[in-house]
This record gives sequence, C-alpha cells and structure tokens, in this order.
Amino acid sequence: MSNFKLSINGKSYQVDVEEDMPLLWVVRDYIGLTGSKFGCGIMQCGACTMHLNGEPVFSCSTPITAAVGKKITTIEGLSEDSSHPVQQAWIAEQVPQCGYCQSGQIMRAAWLLEQHPKPTDGQIDEAMSAHICRCGTYDRVRKAIHRAAGVDS
Amino acid sequence: MNISRRKFIQTSGLAAAGLAIGYQFIACTADEPEGTIQLFRMNVDNEAVGAALNPYILIEKTGAVTIFTPKPEIGTGTFQSLPLLIAEELGVNPTSITVKQSRGDNQRFGDQDVGGSSAVSGRWVQLRQVGAAAREMLCTAAAARWGVAAGDCRVENGQVFNQKNESLSFGDLVEDAAKLPVPKEPKLKDPKDFLYIGKPQPRKDIEWKVNGSANFGIDMKVEGMVYAVIERSPNFSGKIKSLDDTAARSVKGVLDVVRTERWLLQRKPQESVAVIADNFWAALKGKKALQIEWEVPAEPMSTEKIYNNFRELAKGDGAKDKSKGNFAKTFAAATVKTEAEYELPFLAHSPLEPQNCLAHVQGDKVEIWSPSQTPNWDVQHVAGFLKIPPENITYHVPFVGGGFGRRLIGDYVIEACRLSKQLGKPVKVMWTREDDTTQGPFRPGSVNQLKGALDADGHLLALHHKVVAPSINYALFNDVESKTKPGYIMEPIADLYDIPNFETSYVFADVEPMPINWWRSVYSSTNAFAHESFIDEMARAGGQDPFEFRRHLLRNDARRLKTLEMLAEKSGWGQPKAEGTGRGVAITHCFGSTAGHVVEVSKNSKGKIKVDRVVTVVDAGIIVNPDNYRAQVEGCIVMALTAALKDAITFENGVAKQDNFHNYRMLRIDEMPKVEIHLMQNTEAPGGAGEPALPPLAPALANAIFDLTGERLRKLPMDLTT
Ligand code: FES
Ligand code: FES
Repeated sequence: MSNFKLSINGKSYQVDVEEDMPLLWVVRDYIGLTGSKFGCGIMQCGACTMHLNGEPVFSCSTPITAAVGKKITTIEGLSEDSSHPVQQAWIAEQVPQCGYCQSGQIMRAAWLLEQHPKPTDGQIDEAMSAHICRCGTYDRVRKAIHRAAGVDS
Repeated sequence: MNISRRKFIQTSGLAAAGLAIGYQFIACTADEPEGTIQLFRMNVDNEAVGAALNPYILIEKTGAVTIFTPKPEIGTGTFQSLPLLIAEELGVNPTSITVKQSRGDNQRFGDQDVGGSSAVSGRWVQLRQVGAAAREMLCTAAAARWGVAAGDCRVENGQVFNQKNESLSFGDLVEDAAKLPVPKEPKLKDPKDFLYIGKPQPRKDIEWKVNGSANFGIDMKVEGMVYAVIERSPNFSGKIKSLDDTAARSVKGVLDVVRTERWLLQRKPQESVAVIADNFWAALKGKKALQIEWEVPAEPMSTEKIYNNFRELAKGDGAKDKSKGNFAKTFAAATVKTEAEYELPFLAHSPLEPQNCLAHVQGDKVEIWSPSQTPNWDVQHVAGFLKIPPENITYHVPFVGGGFGRRLIGDYVIEACRLSKQLGKPVKVMWTREDDTTQGPFRPGSVNQLKGALDADGHLLALHHKVVAPSINYALFNDVESKTKPGYIMEPIADLYDIPNFETSYVFADVEPMPINWWRSVYSSTNAFAHESFIDEMARAGGQDPFEFRRHLLRNDARRLKTLEMLAEKSGWGQPKAEGTGRGVAITHCFGSTAGHVVEVSKNSKGKIKVDRVVTVVDAGIIVNPDNYRAQVEGCIVMALTAALKDAITFENGVAKQDNFHNYRMLRIDEMPKVEIHLMQNTEAPGGAGEPALPPLAPALANAIFDLTGERLRKLPMDLTT
C-alpha cells in the first residue's frame, strides 16, 4: 500500500491504495465519485473515461501512479450544474437511454470540442468510436455534438 | 404480448387499480421513498384498494406532486412514460412533478417487471385509472366545499375549477380528498383530450445521466460492505476437481475465499468460488490468482455439435403448430417452388453495466440493491431461497445500465444473498465483462427450414416454416409441454401475412448445459430473419418486386398495409436506385407493434459492402412519448446491426470462446448508417416500444445485399469485411 496525493476536480485527496490499482477504482471506491463507470476493464468501451491534464484516458486501465501530479477531471467536475455545453446539448437531444455509457461519452465529446470547435462527422467518428453504447444512442450523440458546436446537423 | 412467457414472470396478485393519495409529505431521499408510504396505510381498509395499496401519488399541502414510478428504468424511458400516464389523468403537468422510484413491492405497486415490451401497453389502463381516481376524489372534495356537483368541476394544472371558474389547489383539497372512498371505475379521458400523452416530453432522469449523479446498482455502497468476484464453472456443469487459493489469499485486501454456487431457476446449481475482498480490485486480482481445476464433461458441447444436432433433428417433422389450407398438396402440385435453410447464432445480452447486486442478510430480514428487470420475481426467489416471507425483503431499485432480457434472471441476486448470509456482512457481488460474456444465459441459436410455392400469378400460394431451436421455458422452468406446444417460440411467423396454404412446425432441441434465456425480441429476433428473408426469396423466384409481393400478402389488412405503404413512400421505393446500390425491405408484427425497415447498401472503393441508410416505419398505436419511442427504435436498429454484422457466441469444449468487447464486438458510431424513423399516427391502444423494430432489420439488410450482389446470405452474423 502506498499513499498517493491526487487532484480531482480541483480538490486534493490522499488515498492509501495498492500501486497497481487503476484510477477508476480509486475514484469510485475510495474517493466516492461514481459517475465514471466500469464496462469492460480493457479499454474497449470508454465508460470509464476521465481527463488527465485535459486529455481523455481509459481510467480502468490507467494505474494510479500515472495520475499522480496530474489534474484529474471526472464527469462530476465537468461543470457544477450540468451547464457545460456538451451536457446541455445532451439534454436537448435527450441522448441517454440507460445512461451508463454517457459519462464517458460526454467526457470525450468535451475534449473533442476543445480540439475541434466545429468537428466534422469524420472527426466525431474518429473520437467517439472509442465508446460503446449498447443502448444505441450514436445518432443522438452525433447530433448533440453538432449542437454543442453550434452547427445544425 | 406473450402470455405464455409473462405467466412465469408475472407475480402480482393485483387485478384492479388501487390508489391512495396522501395529505402530507415527509422528506425522503430518492431511494428511500418508503418512509412516506406508511402514511397511506390509512387507506388500506378502503374497499377499492383492498389489502394491497398502490401509493403512487403524494400531494403536499403546498400542492407539490410526487409520483412513484412502479417499474425499473432500464433505459426504455419508463421513468417518464409511466408517471406520465398518471399525471395526464390526475391533471398535472408531467414536467412540474417530482418522480421517484418505487421499491420492489408488488403488494403496493402491482406488476413491476419490465420485459416483453409491456411497460406502457401492459399498464396503459391501470395507471391512468390511478390518476383518474385521484382526480375524481379531488373534484368531489372541491365540490363539497362549493356545494356544487362533482361533475361540474374540472381539473387543470394541479387545480380544481368550478363553473364560475373559481379554483382550489390540489394542496388545499388533498386532506379532504384522502378521506373519500376511492372510485371503483373512474372515468378515463377521451384520447382526443390528452394534453401530454402523445407529445414529445423530456425525461427527468436525463439530467442525472449527464452529470454522473444517477445512481446505478454498481454505485450502491453501505457501511461494512465487502466485495465478491466469482469464478463459475466455465463449462456450466463441471465440478471443482481441485482448488488452490493460496495465491488468491495472499493478495492484499483479500479477506476470504469461499466455495459457493450459481442458482439459475430449475437448472442444476453451478459450482463456483468467490473471492471476498475489501475492494473490487483486490477481489478481481484474487479471482485471477485462483488455481482451479474444473471437471470436463465426457462430451463437452461445441458450436459444431450443436448445429449438427439441429440439422439432424430438422429431418424429423417436429410438432405441428399453425396450419391453414393444405400446404403439402399445394406445394407438391406447384411448379415454381423454393426451399432454404437459415442459421442463427447464440448471443450474449451485454448490457453495459455488468451484473451486480448488494445484499445484506440479517437474520430473517434482507435488504437488497439490485439493477433488475424483475424486482417482483427476484423477491419471490429470494424469499424462497432464504425461507423468509416476502415482507421481510426490502428491495431497492436503482437505475439499471441496460437490460435486454439479461436481468430477467436474478442469478446474481441469489449469489449476493447466499454470500451475505454465509459471511454475515453486506456483500456486493460484481460480475466482470468476462463473466457476463462467457456465462450467459445466452440468446439461443436456431436453424430454420422453409419451403414455399407460387401460384401462376407469382403470388405466394404455400409456405412452410420449420423452427429447430431450444425451448427457453424448458431450460428455465422444465416446461415439458413447450417441447410440443411451442407458443411464443414461433413468434412472429404467423402474425402478419395472409398465406392461403400455410404451415409451421417446431422441433425441440436440447442444448444443455448451455444456459439460455430471453434476449431483446426473443424468438422474433431469430425467426424473423429466416421468414422475411425467405419471403424475399419467394418474391424473387417469381420475378416480383419484394414490396409489391408483400403488398399482395397484406391486401386484407388495412392497418398493416398502410404501414407497408408508408414505408415504400418514405424510403422512395418507387424511385430508381443509384448505380452500385442495393435495397431491401422487411416488416414484422410482434409485441403489439408493426415495424418495417428499408435498408440501403453499397460497395465502398475497396469493394466492401457498407450499410448506408435505414428508413423505418412503425405502427405502435398511441405513442405516449414519441421522442422516447424513437430512441427505442434507434436502439433496436443498433442492436440488430450488431447482431447481424458482429460476433456470435461460439463454444468449444463446452466453454464460450468470446469473453469481452474485443472479440464480442459491438457496433460503434463510425459504422452508423443514416437512420430515418417515421411513426404512424392513430388512436389504437399502445403496442410495445423496446423490441418490435429489432426483428425486421437483419432480413431487410440481407435482402438489400442480395439486391446489390445477387448473393443470398442465410446465416448470421454476416461477415462483410472480406
Ligand atoms: S471500462 Fe474502461 S474502457 Fe471499458
Ligand atoms: S445509454 Fe445505455 S449504454 Fe449508452
């Protein structure tokens, strides 16, 4: 067990966990932020996506040691009040069905819009194909990203 | 609806709508509504409510209205659509109410299970009666204050009005109203007067699902809880030959390793080993460190053996199901005839939230938090397993990360109860994706054989459809009768077309020890592929247009014909198609709704086939929330494309070969065709939403590929990558 100092959503935390514990489980089970989800554990589904220094990572496969000293942002830290343009677009398009994949999708979409404020369909495909939505919300994900970018789809 | 299937799932003894309305509101958290419910016991003696109580509606003195949604929200939108039914009749704007999730308790909330696309259609009348009864009580209370007849009062937006347009708010009236008898036959609104039903409405769970605050089963936590990750017999029947848990026990955080078993209804329990730890990661590492030697059955199952057996069995006649006219005679005499065989695979459900359950058994009481499609059925099974009365079970219903039929089976609930009882602690059982993919229960595969003949005009004269498949009811309930009386196993083969000489037959196939159960749209998901592909084959055999061919088959069914014609119109079927493209049509009727797709395909620059466009028309009667209905159709299309184009679950040496999303792949956003969905408008009773649009997609796709390439693909999944 080792002691790690973490910065999550602008707050500092200290946790005492095994060095090989993935960031996802530290955040969910020790910090108590459960918005990031577990879907596969092998970087296939994207449900666990968080930002490390602004870059999306699969937190199920990111050891805690790789997150020390970096700014960790989870869905809970994206905005105080669901006001991030991506969240607002997601509400407007009524994207979620079961909702389980959505935290991860929203985190990547927020990053995508920072890279490409007006992403093309090709750029959306490239970024968002890291995610699986078993409920099949892909069409609305695309529409919501265009909406957040202020572009009619 | 599938009566035969539902009869096993249905556990509610409630026939009539019960109702209680409250006069006071006690603060309660989203998952702790029960604190308030005791208040409504005062209405228990009311005749119309009976011994059971359905406390759906809370009205505060301030006028604030809370409606308890009776069924789990698995993604299909019940959190909005069921309260909507009550709110419409009660006379409140559904956007102004608070919605809370009920606990699993069918004595209070009636049938709470979600399956068979029946959430809205199955409680369409009953939940509106709940709202209407409350409305009438509020009107009666207001009428007494004003000294007018109750019939002269009307409600609007949480207020009762008299003919002079004076008003009293529900909050002012609720105390008086609660003392009144509950009307036995409250008058329901005429559908033309609906203010909210039928209009797109936002779902109240969506904001929580975009900010991470929606609580799923996997997020549940209680003081003193331990985690359990379980290794189950990989071949479903083999026992443990030897177990070495030394390495597992030495993992930091692992507290214990215990032998346990997996219960799955009538099936033989499956031997398992549980690793108990103070955190999930340690439990998972512990599981990976287990050294278990499993007994291998003398003749382990394999996909090859299963399908060889299906084909061997297909040589027999099987049990006759439907019969009309004289198939044998007309087929023998016909000059244009065709025969074909279709093969459908085993599949996993793969809801994105892996199965999990938190249970705390304390003496003869248990508290459960479980993402489930069947709170009532789970309660019944837990009561039987722990030998306690159902009243001793507190069953919390969190949001559910997808169902698709998988969570109709509460094996993981019993696992958690068994371990909690054994360890004397709250235990959270967590399945991994590998567990979910390899352990089933699976959608059963099948072989379908069809024969058909045309008359001199090229119309369908005779058709025989034989299904060789396992019986889910036999596998789960030992329902021997289902081997010869297939019932829903034959869905939706006989549910649409008028074919003059028509026969269906069923050949039972045993796939023990593979666990099987219902998968979104169940047997319609397999049978429809064969049936609607073959209808296309018959159309082509007579040189007919596939749409016109179907049009003739539906000529005596005005409602379904309209759906088909709308599909032709919206897809531009009559217009010439572009060079190098193909298009196919298919239509089915199941779960109370008729759905059809036109699929368009083309070849890309590398000569590979891609799916360009799907045009869909659905007739589902009254649609309570069109936007949400559309979302369900979108979901059906994606799930059907995944099933048609991605991976099967295959078995070797009795073990599933696929184990996670890298080899049991899902469709992703970059493979999405353009999707256009059109919903028919009418005032017929609601049909199902979650399943009907799935079955016709794969045959429409296969028909489109034939149109493009001339090659008939009769086996799913199809591989378009080569
Ligand atoms: S849980 Fe991390 S990618 Fe699936
Ligand atoms: S909304 Fe259910 S998995 Fe995406």
